[in-house]
Amino acid sequence: MRKVAIVGTGHTPFTFETEKTSIELFSEAAMDAIHEANLKPKDMQALYLGNCLGDFSEGQAMVQSYAANDIGAFHIPATRFEGACASSSLAIRDAFIWVASGYYDMVLAGGVERAASMGTPLATRTFSMFTDSHYEYPAGLTFPAMFAMLAHLYAKKYGVPLEKLKEQMAQVSVQSHYYGMFNPKGQFHKEITVDDVLNGFMVTSPLQLLDCCPFSDGAAAVVIVSEEKAKEITDKPVYIIGIGQASSGKLSAQKDHLPRLRAREESAKQAYGMAGIGAADIDVCELHDCFSIASLIAAESLGFFEFGTSGEAWEKGETKIGGKIPINVSGGLKSKGHPIGATGASQVAEIYHQLRGECGERQVEGAKIGLTDTLGGDGVLCTLIMQKGW
Amino acid sequence: MEYKLTFKDYAKGLTKGKLLGLKCNSCGNITVPPKMTCQECGGTDLDIVELSKMGKIVTFTVVNVAPEGRQNEVPYIIALVKLDEGPWIMGNLIDIDPARATMDLIDREVKVGFRVFPGDKYSPGNQASPVFSFK
Repeated sequence: MRKVAIVGTGHTPFTFETEKTSIELFSEAAMDAIHEANLKPKDMQALYLGNCLGDFSEGQAMVQSYAANDIGAFHIPATRFEGACASSSLAIRDAFIWVASGYYDMVLAGGVERAASMGTPLATRTFSMFTDSHYEYPAGLTFPAMFAMLAHLYAKKYGVPLEKLKEQMAQVSVQSHYYGMFNPKGQFHKEITVDDVLNGFMVTSPLQLLDCCPFSDGAAAVVIVSEEKAKEITDKPVYIIGIGQASSGKLSAQKDHLPRLRAREESAKQAYGMAGIGAADIDVCELHDCFSIASLIAAESLGFFEFGTSGEAWEKGETKIGGKIPINVSGGLKSKGHPIGATGASQVAEIYHQLRGECGERQVEGAKIGLTDTLGGDGVLCTLIMQKGW
Repeated sequence: MEYKLTFKDYAKGLTKGKLLGLKCNSCGNITVPPKMTCQECGGTDLDIVELSKMGKIVTFTVVNVAPEGRQNEVPYIIALVKLDEGPWIMGNLIDIDPARATMDLIDREVKVGFRVFPGDKYSPGNQASPVFSFK
């Protein structure tokens, strides 16, 4: 298997409702990624594109084919990846595998979504399609409701009083909004307080408005190449050194393992194993904070903190720059935004720039190894580990 | 390989007051909702069994923001219940004012009934779904 590097990234602003189409958004991110690598669209041998809800948001399926044509990468094989909110991480993982295998030398991967454009009722309905349509959706299951149930379960299982847990969850959102101030591509640039979170509208108990990430529009893309090509292109390549992906059944089928998601643990194990490292070796992490409680659950399963204790870690600042493990210094899904098909590529772009030392006021100094964790629905997980290549 | 207990038959059972599951003849575990294979061991030697319809609440939430087409249902309670036979199922908790739903609900014993979700333009018509009420 060959070594594989990322040599360029593109990232549109993540926003509320945009007037741009999905193809226009993705093409902007794609051209930026290709130009950052000093390449041309015709150099791309394939396009792997994550997109979940184009069919519903603008009546556009098969966006990958039109997007490839749109940027002038004529006639290349273009494939759509759908793994709910993890879609573009799955696309990047597959791009890695095909380049590592030697079949391709250069692949464009990324994702796009216009979730904000759908409005809350339709977005809530379509996001619910990432649950079991026959056995769980009839009860009215929504995405916030799934994590709300995990929050109550977390409080019970680990013996954390709900009021205490709520304060810890609020601290997650406060930190994300703080770092979000320094991300010009992010959706929010506004600091919030614990009181702001605890006084918010109750979306689905115990999750209040500021425990939840927003609906967002946006796109992100990365150029993935072989080591040989990378050396021709840049003296600062970022290598993908570990990949993982796993899946689970419907939420109820995961029963006693909850609130942990077994797919995350399987996926992380694959990625750490392949990279030959552990959680202690990670310098910077972007994890899937679709809800504040989701961050606590993820950080524990990734091995950063003991189960039931990550709320304390956030409170003590262990997840800030200078702490044990800086988490979501991009602002995370909460502040940066969550255009679901684009989120994984956005996380990878953040780690790429962190490892290259290009993140300005939110830079984690000296970061050499970074990890992304992306969750789709109630059971698609993808873990990617990247390393500074010089 | 034919599906032993389809959604249609499981849902029909609910509407007749029966909670059906699959007992695995390899490991002895019960799988509900039904699947092609045992949720524990992947075994395929399964028999349809009728369950006690009794269990305990393991977690819940009160939903105030509903999906498109279901806004008239809020507020409603979704719960995960661990059945006496072991499996967990999801459904709606009735019998209690959502404003009074607190952590005290966890571990409360409930019995399983059903309601019918009439479906929407994205789903295939009437779908029976579990509801939970106190014993």
